[in-house]
Amino acid sequence: MRFWRSTVGKKTVMAVSGAIMLLYLVFHMAGNLKVFFGPDEMNGYAHWLRTVGEPVLHHEWFLWIARVALLAAVVGHATAAYQLSRRDVAARPVGYRHRRARTSYATRTMRWGGVIIALFLVWHILDLTTGTVNPNGEAGRPYENIVAAFHTWYGNTIYIVAMLAVGLHIRHGFYGAAQTLGAGGRTRDRLLKATANGLALLLTVGFLSVPVGVMTGIVE
Amino acid sequence: MNLTLRIWRQRDPESPGAMTTYEVADISPDMSFLEMLDTLNEELILRGEEPVAFDHDCREGICGACGVVINGDAHGPERTTTCQLHMRSFEDGDTIDVEPWRAAAFPVVKDLVVDRSAFDRIIGSGGYVTAPTGSAPEAHATPVPKPSADTAFEHAECIGCGACVAACPNGSAMLFTSAKVVHLNSLPQGAPERESRVLDMVDTMDAEGFGGCTVTGMCTTVCPKGIPLSSISTMNREFLRATRRGGRPD
Repeated sequence: MRFWRSTVGKKTVMAVSGAIMLLYLVFHMAGNLKVFFGPDEMNGYAHWLRTVGEPVLHHEWFLWIARVALLAAVVGHATAAYQLSRRDVAARPVGYRHRRARTSYATRTMRWGGVIIALFLVWHILDLTTGTVNPNGEAGRPYENIVAAFHTWYGNTIYIVAMLAVGLHIRHGFYGAAQTLGAGGRTRDRLLKATANGLALLLTVGFLSVPVGVMTGIVE
Repeated sequence: MNLTLRIWRQRDPESPGAMTTYEVADISPDMSFLEMLDTLNEELILRGEEPVAFDHDCREGICGACGVVINGDAHGPERTTTCQLHMRSFEDGDTIDVEPWRAAAFPVVKDLVVDRSAFDRIIGSGGYVTAPTGSAPEAHATPVPKPSADTAFEHAECIGCGACVAACPNGSAMLFTSAKVVHLNSLPQGAPERESRVLDMVDTMDAEGFGGCTVTGMCTTVCPKGIPLSSISTMNREFLRATRRGGRPD
Protein backbone atom coordinates (compact mmCIF):
# COMPACT_ATOMS: atom_id res chain seq x y z
CA MET A 1 0.00 0.00 0.00
CA ARG A 2 1.35 3.39 -1.07
CA PHE A 3 0.55 5.03 2.28
CA TRP A 4 2.39 2.48 4.42
CA ARG A 5 5.35 2.36 2.01
CA SER A 6 6.06 6.07 2.37
CA THR A 7 8.01 7.56 5.27
CA VAL A 8 5.25 10.11 5.86
CA GLY A 9 2.65 7.32 6.00
CA LYS A 10 4.67 5.34 8.55
CA LYS A 11 5.15 8.49 10.62
CA THR A 12 1.39 8.97 10.57
CA VAL A 13 0.91 5.45 11.93
CA MET A 14 3.42 6.30 14.68
CA ALA A 15 1.66 9.57 15.47
CA VAL A 16 -1.82 8.03 15.71
CA SER A 17 -0.69 4.96 17.69
CA GLY A 18 1.36 7.24 19.94
CA ALA A 19 -1.66 9.43 20.58
CA ILE A 20 -3.73 6.36 21.54
CA MET A 21 -1.06 5.23 23.99
CA LEU A 22 -0.67 8.75 25.38
CA LEU A 23 -4.40 9.00 26.00
CA TYR A 24 -4.26 5.65 27.79
CA LEU A 25 -1.33 6.83 29.93
CA VAL A 26 -3.29 9.87 31.11
CA PHE A 27 -6.11 7.63 32.39
CA HIS A 28 -3.64 5.07 33.76
CA MET A 29 -1.79 7.75 35.72
CA ALA A 30 -5.01 9.23 37.09
CA GLY A 31 -6.15 5.75 38.15
CA ASN A 32 -2.83 5.09 39.90
CA LEU A 33 -3.44 8.04 42.21
CA LYS A 34 -6.23 5.96 43.82
CA VAL A 35 -3.43 4.28 45.75
CA PHE A 36 -3.25 7.36 47.98
CA PHE A 37 -6.83 6.77 49.13
CA GLY A 38 -6.15 3.34 50.61
CA PRO A 39 -6.57 -0.32 49.71
CA ASP A 40 -10.37 -0.25 49.46
CA GLU A 41 -10.45 2.62 46.96
CA MET A 42 -7.62 1.18 44.86
CA ASN A 43 -8.87 -2.40 44.78
CA GLY A 44 -12.44 -1.22 44.27
CA TYR A 45 -11.33 0.88 41.31
CA ALA A 46 -9.45 -2.09 39.82
CA HIS A 47 -12.58 -4.20 40.20
CA TRP A 48 -14.73 -1.48 38.63
CA LEU A 49 -12.48 -1.45 35.54
CA ARG A 50 -13.65 -5.02 34.88
CA THR A 51 -17.28 -3.98 34.98
CA VAL A 52 -17.06 -0.96 32.62
CA GLY A 53 -19.70 -1.14 29.90
CA GLU A 54 -21.89 -3.67 31.67
CA PRO A 55 -24.53 -4.79 30.98
CA VAL A 56 -24.02 -3.95 27.28
CA LEU A 57 -20.57 -5.52 27.43
CA HIS A 58 -19.88 -8.79 29.16
CA HIS A 59 -17.71 -8.83 32.32
CA GLU A 60 -14.09 -7.75 31.50
CA TRP A 61 -14.90 -7.21 27.81
CA PHE A 62 -14.08 -3.50 27.97
CA LEU A 63 -10.72 -4.37 29.51
CA TRP A 64 -9.94 -6.84 26.74
CA ILE A 65 -11.06 -4.47 23.99
CA ALA A 66 -8.72 -1.83 25.44
CA ARG A 67 -5.91 -4.37 25.69
CA VAL A 68 -6.32 -5.45 22.05
CA ALA A 69 -6.39 -1.81 20.89
CA LEU A 70 -3.29 -1.00 22.94
CA LEU A 71 -1.47 -4.07 21.66
CA ALA A 72 -2.26 -3.01 18.08
CA ALA A 73 -0.95 0.47 18.87
CA VAL A 74 2.27 -0.91 20.36
CA VAL A 75 2.84 -3.24 17.40
CA GLY A 76 2.11 -0.53 14.82
CA HIS A 77 4.26 2.02 16.65
CA ALA A 78 7.22 -0.34 17.09
CA THR A 79 7.09 -1.75 13.54
CA ALA A 80 7.03 1.70 11.97
CA ALA A 81 9.76 2.93 14.34
CA TYR A 82 12.01 -0.01 13.50
CA GLN A 83 11.54 0.35 9.74
CA LEU A 84 11.98 4.13 9.79
CA SER A 85 15.08 3.89 12.00
CA ARG A 86 16.65 1.39 9.61
CA ARG A 87 16.01 3.82 6.76
CA ASP A 88 17.36 6.79 8.70
CA VAL A 89 20.58 5.01 9.63
CA ALA A 90 21.05 3.83 6.03
CA ALA A 91 20.55 7.39 4.76
CA ARG A 92 23.76 8.54 6.50
CA PRO A 93 26.21 5.66 5.89
CA VAL A 94 29.32 7.82 6.44
CA GLY A 95 29.19 10.13 9.43
CA TYR A 96 30.99 13.41 10.00
CA ARG A 97 34.47 13.40 11.52
CA HIS A 98 33.69 16.65 13.28
CA ARG A 99 30.76 15.55 15.41
CA ARG A 100 28.62 17.77 17.54
CA ALA A 101 25.44 16.81 19.35
CA ARG A 102 23.08 19.69 18.80
CA THR A 103 19.64 18.15 19.06
CA SER A 104 17.91 18.07 22.43
CA TYR A 105 18.41 15.16 24.85
CA ALA A 106 14.77 14.09 24.44
CA THR A 107 15.20 14.02 20.64
CA ARG A 108 18.41 12.00 20.76
CA THR A 109 17.00 9.40 23.14
CA MET A 110 13.79 8.64 21.21
CA ARG A 111 14.99 5.32 19.76
CA TRP A 112 16.75 3.76 22.76
CA GLY A 113 14.20 5.34 25.07
CA GLY A 114 11.52 3.53 23.09
CA VAL A 115 13.37 0.24 23.49
CA ILE A 116 13.68 0.82 27.26
CA ILE A 117 9.94 1.53 27.48
CA ALA A 118 9.13 -1.63 25.48
CA LEU A 119 11.28 -3.77 27.80
CA PHE A 120 9.68 -2.12 30.82
CA LEU A 121 6.25 -2.94 29.40
CA VAL A 122 7.08 -6.66 29.55
CA TRP A 123 8.36 -6.33 33.12
CA HIS A 124 5.38 -4.20 34.17
CA ILE A 125 2.83 -6.73 32.88
CA LEU A 126 4.67 -9.60 34.58
CA ASP A 127 4.84 -7.52 37.76
CA LEU A 128 1.43 -5.97 38.20
CA THR A 129 -0.89 -7.66 35.70
CA THR A 130 0.03 -11.35 35.92
CA GLY A 131 1.93 -10.98 39.19
CA THR A 132 4.60 -13.44 38.00
CA VAL A 133 7.58 -11.40 39.22
CA ASN A 134 5.73 -9.58 41.99
CA PRO A 135 6.78 -10.45 45.59
CA ASN A 136 3.09 -10.52 46.57
CA GLY A 137 1.43 -11.32 43.23
CA GLU A 138 -2.09 -11.75 44.55
CA ALA A 139 -4.81 -11.48 41.89
CA GLY A 140 -7.48 -8.86 42.61
CA ARG A 141 -5.35 -7.08 45.23
CA PRO A 142 -3.41 -4.44 43.23
CA TYR A 143 -2.87 -2.21 46.27
CA GLU A 144 -0.95 -4.90 48.16
CA ASN A 145 0.95 -5.84 44.97
CA ILE A 146 1.97 -2.21 44.33
CA VAL A 147 3.22 -1.79 47.89
CA ALA A 148 5.16 -5.07 47.62
CA ALA A 149 6.68 -4.12 44.24
CA PHE A 150 7.94 -0.79 45.51
CA HIS A 151 9.43 -2.34 48.62
CA THR A 152 12.18 -3.88 46.46
CA TRP A 153 15.17 -1.86 45.26
CA TYR A 154 14.98 -3.34 41.76
CA GLY A 155 11.25 -2.67 41.46
CA ASN A 156 11.82 0.99 42.29
CA THR A 157 14.88 1.36 40.05
CA ILE A 158 13.27 -0.21 37.00
CA TYR A 159 10.11 1.82 37.46
CA ILE A 160 11.81 5.17 38.01
CA VAL A 161 14.17 4.76 35.03
CA ALA A 162 11.25 3.72 32.81
CA MET A 163 9.07 6.64 33.88
CA LEU A 164 11.87 9.13 33.16
CA ALA A 165 12.19 7.51 29.72
CA VAL A 166 8.42 7.83 29.23
CA GLY A 167 8.59 11.52 30.12
CA LEU A 168 11.40 12.22 27.66
CA HIS A 169 9.68 10.14 24.98
CA ILE A 170 6.44 12.12 25.34
CA ARG A 171 8.30 15.42 25.40
CA HIS A 172 9.60 14.96 21.86
CA GLY A 173 6.99 12.44 20.71
CA PHE A 174 3.96 14.64 21.26
CA TYR A 175 5.59 17.53 19.41
CA GLY A 176 6.74 15.26 16.57
CA ALA A 177 3.34 13.60 16.26
CA ALA A 178 1.64 16.99 16.00
CA GLN A 179 4.02 17.95 13.18
CA THR A 180 3.40 14.65 11.40
CA LEU A 181 -0.36 15.11 11.57
CA GLY A 182 0.04 18.57 10.07
CA ALA A 183 -0.84 20.53 13.20
CA GLY A 184 2.44 22.45 13.20
CA GLY A 185 2.70 26.08 12.27
CA ARG A 186 4.86 29.05 12.96
CA THR A 187 2.69 30.44 15.73
CA ARG A 188 1.41 27.11 16.99
CA ASP A 189 4.81 25.48 17.55
CA ARG A 190 5.37 27.25 20.85
CA LEU A 191 1.98 26.06 22.13
CA LEU A 192 2.70 22.50 20.95
CA LYS A 193 6.08 22.46 22.70
CA ALA A 194 4.56 23.83 25.90
CA THR A 195 1.80 21.20 25.78
CA ALA A 196 4.38 18.45 25.17
CA ASN A 197 6.46 19.62 28.14
CA GLY A 198 3.38 19.93 30.35
CA LEU A 199 2.11 16.46 29.47
CA ALA A 200 5.55 14.93 29.96
CA LEU A 201 5.95 16.57 33.36
CA LEU A 202 2.42 15.74 34.50
CA LEU A 203 2.71 12.07 33.58
CA THR A 204 6.23 11.62 34.95
CA VAL A 205 5.38 13.26 38.28
CA GLY A 206 2.05 11.44 38.47
CA PHE A 207 3.56 8.01 37.83
CA LEU A 208 6.57 8.60 40.08
CA SER A 209 4.36 9.71 42.96
CA VAL A 210 3.36 6.07 43.57
CA PRO A 211 6.84 4.56 44.24
CA VAL A 212 7.80 7.76 46.10
CA GLY A 213 4.63 7.38 48.18
CA VAL A 214 5.53 3.81 49.08
CA MET A 215 9.20 4.63 49.76
CA THR A 216 8.29 7.52 52.07
CA GLY A 217 5.68 5.45 53.85
CA ILE A 218 2.71 7.60 52.78
CA VAL A 219 1.34 4.48 51.11
CA GLU A 220 1.61 1.45 53.37
CA MET B 1 45.24 34.97 9.58
CA ASN B 2 47.05 31.65 9.73
CA LEU B 3 44.83 28.60 9.74
CA THR B 4 45.08 24.83 9.87
CA LEU B 5 42.63 23.11 7.55
CA ARG B 6 41.60 19.48 7.78
CA ILE B 7 39.91 18.71 4.48
CA TRP B 8 38.25 15.52 3.27
CA ARG B 9 40.21 14.31 0.23
CA GLN B 10 38.78 11.54 -1.91
CA ARG B 11 40.10 10.80 -5.40
CA ASP B 12 36.86 9.37 -6.85
CA PRO B 13 33.58 7.80 -5.68
CA GLU B 14 35.14 4.36 -5.24
CA SER B 15 38.35 5.32 -3.43
CA PRO B 16 38.43 5.60 0.34
CA GLY B 17 38.87 9.16 1.52
CA ALA B 18 40.65 10.71 4.48
CA MET B 19 40.98 14.02 6.30
CA THR B 20 44.17 15.71 5.10
CA THR B 21 45.84 18.58 6.96
CA TYR B 22 46.95 21.79 5.23
CA GLU B 23 48.34 25.05 6.57
CA VAL B 24 47.29 28.35 4.99
CA ALA B 25 48.97 31.65 5.83
CA ASP B 26 48.15 35.34 5.38
CA ILE B 27 44.41 34.86 4.95
CA SER B 28 42.47 38.12 4.96
CA PRO B 29 39.45 38.22 7.30
CA ASP B 30 37.54 39.79 4.40
CA MET B 31 37.99 36.75 2.18
CA SER B 32 35.05 34.46 1.67
CA PHE B 33 35.47 30.84 2.68
CA LEU B 34 35.70 29.84 -0.98
CA GLU B 35 38.38 32.48 -1.66
CA MET B 36 40.34 30.98 1.21
CA LEU B 37 40.03 27.58 -0.50
CA ASP B 38 41.08 29.23 -3.80
CA THR B 39 44.23 30.49 -2.04
CA LEU B 40 44.97 26.99 -0.80
CA ASN B 41 44.39 25.55 -4.27
CA GLU B 42 46.76 28.06 -5.90
CA GLU B 43 49.47 26.94 -3.49
CA LEU B 44 48.69 23.28 -4.14
CA ILE B 45 48.90 23.80 -7.91
CA LEU B 46 52.25 25.60 -7.54
CA ARG B 47 53.53 22.69 -5.43
CA GLY B 48 52.36 20.31 -8.17
CA GLU B 49 49.64 18.77 -5.99
CA GLU B 50 46.03 18.04 -6.88
CA PRO B 51 43.82 21.03 -5.91
CA VAL B 52 40.83 20.46 -3.59
CA ALA B 53 37.66 19.95 -5.63
CA PHE B 54 34.61 21.89 -4.41
CA ASP B 55 31.36 23.04 -6.03
CA HIS B 56 30.68 26.74 -6.57
CA ASP B 57 29.05 28.97 -9.13
CA CYS B 58 27.46 32.37 -8.50
CA ARG B 59 29.39 33.13 -5.29
CA GLU B 60 26.67 35.55 -4.26
CA GLY B 61 24.48 33.19 -2.26
CA ILE B 62 21.69 32.62 -4.76
CA CYS B 63 22.56 29.55 -6.83
CA GLY B 64 22.91 26.80 -4.21
CA ALA B 65 25.96 25.21 -5.87
CA CYS B 66 28.42 25.66 -3.02
CA GLY B 67 28.12 24.01 0.32
CA VAL B 68 30.45 22.11 2.62
CA VAL B 69 30.27 21.08 6.25
CA ILE B 70 32.57 23.34 8.27
CA ASN B 71 33.38 22.24 11.82
CA GLY B 72 30.31 20.02 11.77
CA ASP B 73 27.94 22.75 10.58
CA ALA B 74 26.47 22.79 7.07
CA HIS B 75 27.71 26.06 5.48
CA GLY B 76 29.68 26.81 8.66
CA PRO B 77 29.00 28.96 11.70
CA GLU B 78 26.88 31.67 10.02
CA ARG B 79 23.41 31.10 8.64
CA THR B 80 24.34 31.68 5.01
CA THR B 81 25.87 29.87 2.05
CA THR B 82 29.54 28.87 2.13
CA CYS B 83 30.39 31.52 -0.48
CA GLN B 84 28.88 34.24 1.72
CA LEU B 85 30.70 33.04 4.83
CA HIS B 86 33.68 35.26 5.56
CA MET B 87 36.91 34.39 7.30
CA ARG B 88 36.20 37.00 9.98
CA SER B 89 33.89 34.36 11.45
CA PHE B 90 37.04 32.47 12.48
CA GLU B 91 39.96 33.26 14.75
CA ASP B 92 43.60 33.42 13.79
CA GLY B 93 45.20 30.04 14.50
CA ASP B 94 41.93 28.09 14.23
CA THR B 95 41.80 24.52 13.02
CA ILE B 96 38.89 24.14 10.61
CA ASP B 97 37.41 20.80 9.55
CA VAL B 98 35.93 20.78 6.04
CA GLU B 99 33.83 17.82 4.92
CA PRO B 100 31.40 17.11 2.08
CA TRP B 101 27.61 16.77 2.58
CA ARG B 102 27.07 13.27 3.99
CA ALA B 103 24.05 11.33 2.76
CA ALA B 104 23.50 8.05 0.94
CA ALA B 105 21.51 10.01 -1.65
CA PHE B 106 24.41 12.46 -2.15
CA PRO B 107 27.39 10.26 -3.09
CA VAL B 108 30.80 11.92 -3.04
CA VAL B 109 32.09 12.58 -6.56
CA LYS B 110 35.47 13.94 -5.52
CA ASP B 111 36.82 15.61 -2.37
CA LEU B 112 34.08 18.05 -1.29
CA VAL B 113 31.90 17.62 -4.39
CA VAL B 114 28.76 15.50 -4.03
CA ASP B 115 26.19 14.43 -6.61
CA ARG B 116 22.92 16.18 -5.74
CA SER B 117 20.98 15.02 -8.80
CA ALA B 118 18.58 13.20 -6.43
CA PHE B 119 17.11 16.68 -5.78
CA ASP B 120 16.56 17.15 -9.53
CA ARG B 121 14.65 13.87 -9.68
CA ILE B 122 12.44 14.96 -6.77
CA ILE B 123 11.67 18.20 -8.61
CA GLY B 124 11.13 16.28 -11.86
CA SER B 125 8.48 14.12 -10.21
CA GLY B 126 6.17 17.03 -9.36
CA GLY B 127 7.98 20.28 -8.59
CA TYR B 128 6.46 22.17 -11.52
CA VAL B 129 3.14 23.41 -12.86
CA THR B 130 1.81 22.19 -16.19
CA ALA B 131 1.09 25.25 -18.31
CA PRO B 132 0.98 25.95 -22.03
CA THR B 133 4.19 27.64 -23.11
CA GLY B 134 4.35 30.53 -25.54
CA SER B 135 3.64 34.17 -24.88
CA ALA B 136 3.41 35.35 -21.28
CA PRO B 137 -0.08 34.94 -19.79
CA GLU B 138 -2.16 38.02 -19.03
CA ALA B 139 -1.17 39.09 -15.51
CA HIS B 140 -4.72 39.46 -14.21
CA ALA B 141 -5.97 36.14 -15.60
CA THR B 142 -5.27 34.31 -12.31
CA PRO B 143 -5.61 36.45 -9.19
CA VAL B 144 -3.35 35.29 -6.34
CA PRO B 145 -4.39 36.30 -2.81
CA LYS B 146 -1.65 38.22 -0.98
CA PRO B 147 -1.17 35.66 1.86
CA SER B 148 -0.80 32.85 -0.72
CA ALA B 149 1.71 34.90 -2.69
CA ASP B 150 3.71 35.58 0.47
CA THR B 151 3.78 31.89 1.44
CA ALA B 152 4.74 30.89 -2.10
CA PHE B 153 7.53 33.46 -2.28
CA GLU B 154 8.94 32.45 1.10
CA HIS B 155 9.16 28.79 0.07
CA ALA B 156 10.32 29.57 -3.48
CA GLU B 157 13.47 30.99 -1.89
CA CYS B 158 14.91 27.47 -1.53
CA ILE B 159 18.05 27.25 -3.67
CA GLY B 160 18.40 23.47 -3.37
CA CYS B 161 21.85 23.62 -1.77
CA GLY B 162 21.23 20.47 0.27
CA ALA B 163 22.33 21.86 3.64
CA CYS B 164 19.10 20.53 5.19
CA VAL B 165 20.02 16.98 4.18
CA ALA B 166 23.61 17.46 5.32
CA ALA B 167 22.54 18.72 8.76
CA CYS B 168 19.72 16.23 9.39
CA PRO B 169 20.86 13.25 11.51
CA ASN B 170 18.64 11.09 9.27
CA GLY B 171 19.82 12.57 5.96
CA SER B 172 16.21 13.55 5.31
CA ALA B 173 15.13 15.72 2.37
CA MET B 174 11.81 16.71 3.94
CA LEU B 175 12.61 20.43 4.20
CA PHE B 176 13.72 20.64 0.56
CA THR B 177 10.71 18.65 -0.71
CA SER B 178 8.25 20.52 1.48
CA ALA B 179 9.59 23.91 0.34
CA LYS B 180 8.66 23.07 -3.26
CA VAL B 181 5.35 21.40 -2.35
CA VAL B 182 4.25 24.35 -0.21
CA HIS B 183 5.48 26.86 -2.82
CA LEU B 184 3.40 25.38 -5.63
CA ASN B 185 0.46 24.06 -3.60
CA SER B 186 -0.15 27.57 -2.18
CA LEU B 187 -0.79 29.00 -5.63
CA PRO B 188 -3.87 28.67 -7.86
CA GLN B 189 -1.52 27.74 -10.70
CA GLY B 190 -0.41 24.71 -8.68
CA ALA B 191 -3.93 23.59 -7.75
CA PRO B 192 -4.63 21.17 -10.66
CA GLU B 193 -1.65 19.01 -9.60
CA ARG B 194 -1.95 19.67 -5.86
CA GLU B 195 -2.59 16.04 -4.86
CA SER B 196 -0.37 14.17 -7.33
CA ARG B 197 2.49 16.60 -6.68
CA VAL B 198 2.85 15.86 -2.96
CA LEU B 199 2.32 12.11 -3.34
CA ASP B 200 4.77 11.75 -6.25
CA MET B 201 7.44 13.98 -4.72
CA VAL B 202 7.32 12.13 -1.38
CA ASP B 203 7.53 8.81 -3.27
CA THR B 204 10.60 9.98 -5.19
CA MET B 205 12.18 11.40 -2.04
CA ASP B 206 11.81 8.00 -0.35
CA ALA B 207 13.01 6.09 -3.42
CA GLU B 208 16.20 8.19 -3.56
CA GLY B 209 17.22 6.87 -0.14
CA PHE B 210 16.72 9.96 2.01
CA GLY B 211 15.76 9.29 5.63
CA GLY B 212 12.56 10.31 7.40
CA CYS B 213 11.83 13.40 9.47
CA THR B 214 12.15 13.10 13.25
CA VAL B 215 11.54 16.82 13.80
CA THR B 216 14.99 17.53 15.20
CA GLY B 217 14.83 20.96 13.54
CA MET B 218 18.46 20.77 12.40
CA CYS B 219 17.49 21.45 8.77
CA THR B 220 15.90 24.79 9.42
CA THR B 221 18.74 26.03 11.64
CA VAL B 222 21.25 25.67 8.79
CA CYS B 223 18.99 26.71 5.88
CA PRO B 224 20.61 29.79 4.28
CA LYS B 225 17.20 30.87 2.97
CA GLY B 226 15.29 30.46 6.21
CA ILE B 227 12.77 27.88 5.02
CA PRO B 228 10.69 27.35 8.20
CA LEU B 229 10.19 24.01 9.92
CA SER B 230 6.44 24.55 9.62
CA SER B 231 6.69 23.82 5.89
CA ILE B 232 7.30 20.14 6.77
CA SER B 233 4.11 20.08 8.81
CA THR B 234 2.25 21.75 5.94
CA MET B 235 3.55 19.11 3.52
CA ASN B 236 2.43 16.34 5.89
CA ARG B 237 -1.01 17.93 5.93
CA GLU B 238 -1.03 18.07 2.12
CA PHE B 239 0.12 14.44 1.98
CA LEU B 240 -2.68 13.27 4.29
CA ARG B 241 -5.23 15.34 2.38
CA ALA B 242 -4.09 13.90 -0.95
CA THR B 243 -4.14 10.36 0.47
CA ARG B 244 -7.73 10.81 1.72
CA ARG B 245 -8.73 11.96 -1.75
CA GLY B 246 -6.98 9.03 -3.40
CA GLY B 247 -4.57 11.41 -5.15
CA ARG B 248 -7.32 13.06 -7.19
CA PRO B 249 -8.21 16.77 -7.33
CA ASP B 250 -11.77 17.92 -6.47
